[in-house]
Amino acid sequence: MGEFRMPSLGADMETGKLVEWLVMPGERVKRGDIVATVETQKGLFEIEIFEDGIMGEPLVQAGQQVPVGAVLAMILTEGVAVAAATSPEAASTGPVRTEQPPPEKPAEVAVLKAPAAGTTARIAASPSARRLALELGIDLATVRGTGPHDVIQRSDVEQAAQAREEATKSAPISEQPATAGTLQPGMRQAIAAAMSRSNREIPHYYLEAEIDMDSPLRWLEAENLQRPLRDRILPAVLLLKAVAKALRDVPELNGYWLEDQLQIKPEIHIGFAMALRQGGILTPALHAVDRLNLSELMQAMGDLIERTRAGRLRSSEMTDATITVTNLGDRGVRTVFGVIYPPQVALVGFGRIMERPWAERGMLGVRRCVTATLAADHRATDGHRGSQFLEALNHHLQQPEEL
Amino acid sequence: MTGNELKEIVLSELKKVAPESDPGEVDPNENIREALDIDSFSFLKLLVGIGERTRVEIPEVDYGKVSTLAGMLEYLATRLP
Repeated sequence: MGEFRMPSLGADMETGKLVEWLVMPGERVKRGDIVATVETQKGLFEIEIFEDGIMGEPLVQAGQQVPVGAVLAMILTEGVAVAAATSPEAASTGPVRTEQPPPEKPAEVAVLKAPAAGTTARIAASPSARRLALELGIDLATVRGTGPHDVIQRSDVEQAAQAREEATKSAPISEQPATAGTLQPGMRQAIAAAMSRSNREIPHYYLEAEIDMDSPLRWLEAENLQRPLRDRILPAVLLLKAVAKALRDVPELNGYWLEDQLQIKPEIHIGFAMALRQGGILTPALHAVDRLNLSELMQAMGDLIERTRAGRLRSSEMTDATITVTNLGDRGVRTVFGVIYPPQVALVGFGRIMERPWAERGMLGVRRCVTATLAADHRATDGHRGSQFLEALNHHLQQPEEL
Repeated sequence: MTGNELKEIVLSELKKVAPESDPGEVDPNENIREALDIDSFSFLKLLVGIGERTRVEIPEVDYGKVSTLAGMLEYLATRLP
């Protein structure tokens, strides 16, 4: 049995409004299902669930505003006996004063061996700890008691609050899909907070490589000639896929710097920096880019761009990018010097693809080129590994048919 | 299709990808992508939209010829089915 909580969709998010439940109590849910929509000052998000199970009674009703971390519902496991500590009663001692499921509601849930009201044990905590937990919005069910008989003490709650604060801080930053015509001040503040932290904490190093794009683009143009207009692939897709393949070669750039160590991530979720027409940027994640072919990636990118602009991003897309790519190729910019999104450890930048003089084998010619840059966290990697990444990137781009 | 109808189509498709802009105000000889801040994804969407309404599919090699409003209209006018 688990708890489905109000997720943190960015370092600056304190509360969220549950707009709508999309599943009924008793319904089977699996990891990745969208079960609710939540509105923050940044827009509307579709919230996914992170475990398989059966949806319990909602502890928060549509329209309620609750703090990050508040339990929204219990996720029940089939066949599991009545749980004691993590019961709805325990959850309700948390930040939100929710009503017990009305007893007259018989419940598909009860059939599924949900903890029925009244059979649940009260969490052992000192009155002072209980009051503090309520004030700070800490769910006592998540606190480990260190007092006699494992009773939760005031200091345990303080510690839990601090841990939560740190966890929230280290969550990848996200900005809002402001759907209105103007940039909301919250978004500028979110960018400011994340970038200040990045500059303060991350010792960046920068590498730059000039990449000959003539043959990859010729290959792409021939490929696009055979495709109907709406199935055409943009050069950015080649760049993204090549980044993903190069990350497989140099995995140390794909992950997070947390608790003074590098956590390499097996999945390659690329945060794709997108400027919004009304100002500001969003970097929602393209998932498992290394496993998509070019057509699938083009579709995924188009879908992500459309949903970003429409303000319909999913919670995971706002939080799980393992690296960021900034492509300023549509502007006149030649070189991108990136600022890493903590806790990520690298950012890859691309400037505009343009014709440049290119010397090769004693000859001077004109080629279409792009400047690729890597901004990386020196705590996690060194320039040697970084340069291997840029070499791998070039290598994969020169074999577009393999991408 | 008259020249005015064609212009109407192009302007309304431009408005779709750059909703806050006024495409009619853009100088016909100005680069529309720069003037209206249209990225490559939106530009592709623009061409898909125009293609559906005019039945003209603009290949990538001709992107240079349709970079201005005047160029776009002339290009489409000579290729209408």
